[in-house]
Amino acid sequence: MTFGMTAEILARIQFAFTISFHFIFPAFSIGTASYLAVLNALWLWKRDVAYLKLFEYWKTIFAITFGMGVVSGIVMSYQFGTNWSVFSDRAGAVIGPLMGYEVLTAFFLEAGFLGIALFGRKRVGDGLHMFAVAAVAVGTLISATWITSANSWMHTPAGYGIDANGNFFPEDWWAIIFNPSFPYRMTHTILAAFLTTAFAVGAVGAWHLLRDRSNRQAQIMFSMAMWMAAIVTPMQILVGDMHGINTLEHQPAKIAAMEGHYETHTDGAPLIIFGIPDDEAEKTHFAIEIPKLGSLILTHELDGTVRGLKEWAREDRPPALIPFFTFRIMVGLGLLMFATGLWSLWARWRRNLFTNTWLHRAALVMGPSGFVAVLAGWYTTEVGRQPYTVYGLMRTADSLSPVDAPAVGASLVAFIIVYFLVFGAGVFYLLRLMRRVPVMEEDHELDKGPHRAAGITPGPAQEEPIREGHSSGN
Amino acid sequence: MAIDLPTIWAAIIAFAVLAYVVLDGFDLGVGILFPFFPQRHERDLMTNSIAPVWDGNETWLVLGGGGLMAVFPVVYATVLPALYMPIIVMLLALIFRGVAFEFRWRTQRASHYWDYGFWIGSTLAGFMQGIALGALVEGIEIADRQYVGGWWDWLSPFSILTGVAVVIGYALLGACWLNLKTLGDIQQRARRIAMITGVLMLGLIGAVSLWSPFINQVYFERWFSWPTAFFSAFVPLLLAVCAVALWHGLTTDKHLQPFLAALGLFVLSFVGLGISFYPYIVPGSLTIEEAAAPDSSLMFLLVGAAVMIPTILAYTAYAYWVFRGKMDPEEGYH
Ligand code: HDD
Ligand code: HEM
Ligand code: HEM
Repeated sequence: MTFGMTAEILARIQFAFTISFHFIFPAFSIGTASYLAVLNALWLWKRDVAYLKLFEYWKTIFAITFGMGVVSGIVMSYQFGTNWSVFSDRAGAVIGPLMGYEVLTAFFLEAGFLGIALFGRKRVGDGLHMFAVAAVAVGTLISATWITSANSWMHTPAGYGIDANGNFFPEDWWAIIFNPSFPYRMTHTILAAFLTTAFAVGAVGAWHLLRDRSNRQAQIMFSMAMWMAAIVTPMQILVGDMHGINTLEHQPAKIAAMEGHYETHTDGAPLIIFGIPDDEAEKTHFAIEIPKLGSLILTHELDGTVRGLKEWAREDRPPALIPFFTFRIMVGLGLLMFATGLWSLWARWRRNLFTNTWLHRAALVMGPSGFVAVLAGWYTTEVGRQPYTVYGLMRTADSLSPVDAPAVGASLVAFIIVYFLVFGAGVFYLLRLMRRVPVMEEDHELDKGPHRAAGITPGPAQEEPIREGHSSGN
Repeated sequence: MAIDLPTIWAAIIAFAVLAYVVLDGFDLGVGILFPFFPQRHERDLMTNSIAPVWDGNETWLVLGGGGLMAVFPVVYATVLPALYMPIIVMLLALIFRGVAFEFRWRTQRASHYWDYGFWIGSTLAGFMQGIALGALVEGIEIADRQYVGGWWDWLSPFSILTGVAVVIGYALLGACWLNLKTLGDIQQRARRIAMITGVLMLGLIGAVSLWSPFINQVYFERWFSWPTAFFSAFVPLLLAVCAVALWHGLTTDKHLQPFLAALGLFVLSFVGLGISFYPYIVPGSLTIEEAAAPDSSLMFLLVGAAVMIPTILAYTAYAYWVFRGKMDPEEGYH
């Protein structure tokens, strides 16, 4: 089962496949954990049952997402050893402890308090329950911090030495953790997770508002999500811009690939809006350009120098096609998110936030945008780092385990089958849960055991299309 | 003998692996026992009894693996390629098992498929862990910091025996857990299963112990030469004490005692392994000293571990305390 590919290519596909699946879940669970903490705090503060209902509503969705995040994450933590053993041996002393800290400070915290947060409200009382919910949320953020630190070190290594055997060893932990790209990547990734959740929540709210605009829970979630969209998207764009400037300084070849520049421009680089980069011909075909704008964005000067891919030997260049397109997908979605946020502010001001069906339709369409943007962003970053795993120091080709292609190929096939089966079913269940009308009646099924509730809902009620005009108690 | 950083870390990693084995052991065990409890309400109760804690239990596996990469990178980089297939199968099995907790509640029609996945996943995960253990005991061929053996080296009669032993051991832990957490008919059946698996487990411990000295001369010397023979004499003695406590607890309607006794069996078997391995971390190939990362890595992570592991143990204990007591079939907390 090698499909005519080398072990290296198969291992890379396997890594890309498993990490892409893994990251989809954290992107959602990091945001949802914080959202749950906010909802629970609002409930405790205002004692308005609507917040409690929303907490229960999103809690089940969170539990499923989190579970899928955990199992796909465990795969990741072993994959470094199975497929990238040379990398693990040589860089383990530096990035291993960062992941070790992630386990000690984040994973245990999340896992230890998850049970109480999900099932323990009655057993421990409101105060401790709130603590547990907050602990899970903080845990996800700590986790994101350590793992982006480890990943950033691979992009912008610092604080290390290399011994006689070619192994990395730590010299300055502070410099390793706070390596040059870490602050930007961490902030950008966490904001990305918040936006992913905001647009998913907003879409669920919009879907229910389109059916019943007076549903109070739907109104609350839609409004909260749109505040996030309006406030966080501009922050994300700002951070993204700073991230790009940082990358220009430390990984100029990646920027050249993202921008589709093969030639160096010393008198102001254009911004290529669209084109098809061709590594063979060393040229971006069909380029539609805006003069000087590229330099303006990247260097904040009209005539700033932007280096092109031809400055590097062919074997040291990243492939341009994927970063070029994924970068545009991400930025394009960022701009659409920004527009959605502005529109919601306008609707708020005009007092038609809950009645503007076109806004609701737009928000519904934007539901998956965060997931797509997040993956597009990671593909830009990671493919742009090629051909290195540790930028400039260790090549991907030299990182591989001494594995035979058939072993990697067979496991790749197994991963693909299992992931599509299991996570496909998971996503199906998630969508079904999101279709439940967030109702208000006191005897709603949610009042019984939360988990039991959704599971025992008689089949037909789940299968049935949402009842039209089902008005809730407000 | 000064205690040095690599030895401390070997002890911490060993502790993480042991914590994983006993904690995830009982919840994998509950899954392994699914076929003996066919009724839906029984299975609901069984999964509910572990739902609040399984994720924390499994995190010890991540600490064992992730910690290994940090402090003994060359072990991580040689053992995992050597055990490529068992590890991949274990990971896939753990996926089925982990999602089944949530998925089985989300559907009426397909619920029994996820129950099936839960059973197969738990059993396969345990079996693969046992195989990995057996393969490690048999030794792994390493040259120049790389695995140089073949792709099927892990498969042998001995590793299959250890695989079966681990599955039976987990089933015993699971049965004792159910004896602790349930009442009535489920408890009765769990107790009977515990008796049977208890006897099997003791037999398998015996078989593995008798076999392993013949695999590697070093093990033989460890067990039968001074001064380690002094310690190794205690292990079988304490094993016998645990076995008696297990049997006594099961026949006299004790609820906690059998579970503790079963844990004792695992801890002692693990100590036995430790005696066999020391000072090697990969038997015959790499010593703890040789395999360690630079001191600065060990020290950096040790600071965190010294603070965090006690904290983790404290809040984990608290979480178990919150969900203590018998399962109430009426309570829907899941
Ligand atoms: C920016 C965020 C982020 C990124 C880039 C990654 N993860 Fe992750 N991971 C999380 C954020 C996260 C999380 C939010 O903390 C999760 C998601 C759901 C969960 O249970 O915790 C998680 C779970 C999770 C788990 C299960 C933890 C448990 O048992 O509770 C493991 C072992 C990993 N991850 C390992 C990895 C590895 C080896 C990665 C890189 C290759 C990786 N993660 C990328
Ligand atoms: C979670 C978001 C992430 C995504 C979506 C992602 C995506 C990818 C992709 C698509 C590749 C393949 C690039 C190529 O082969 O051209 C890759 C490579 C790689 N990434 Fe990431 N990555 C993520 C996070 C991380 C993190 C956090 C780490 C390390 C701690 C990491 C380590 C690596 C390594 C070692 C490779 C090299 C192997 C390879 O080239 O396939 N990645 N990643
Ligand atoms: C519209 C403005 C945006 C700009 C200018 C921008 C800029 C960037 C840049 C330059 C990178 C590559 C970093 C590197 O060189 O390694 C990046 C990566 C990334 N982007 Fe964006 N981005 C924007 C919007 C978004 C949005 C809306 C999301 C998701 C909701 C997002 C998610 C990500 C992620 C997850 C990564 C990979 C991790 C990282 O390197 O930070 N971005 N972004």
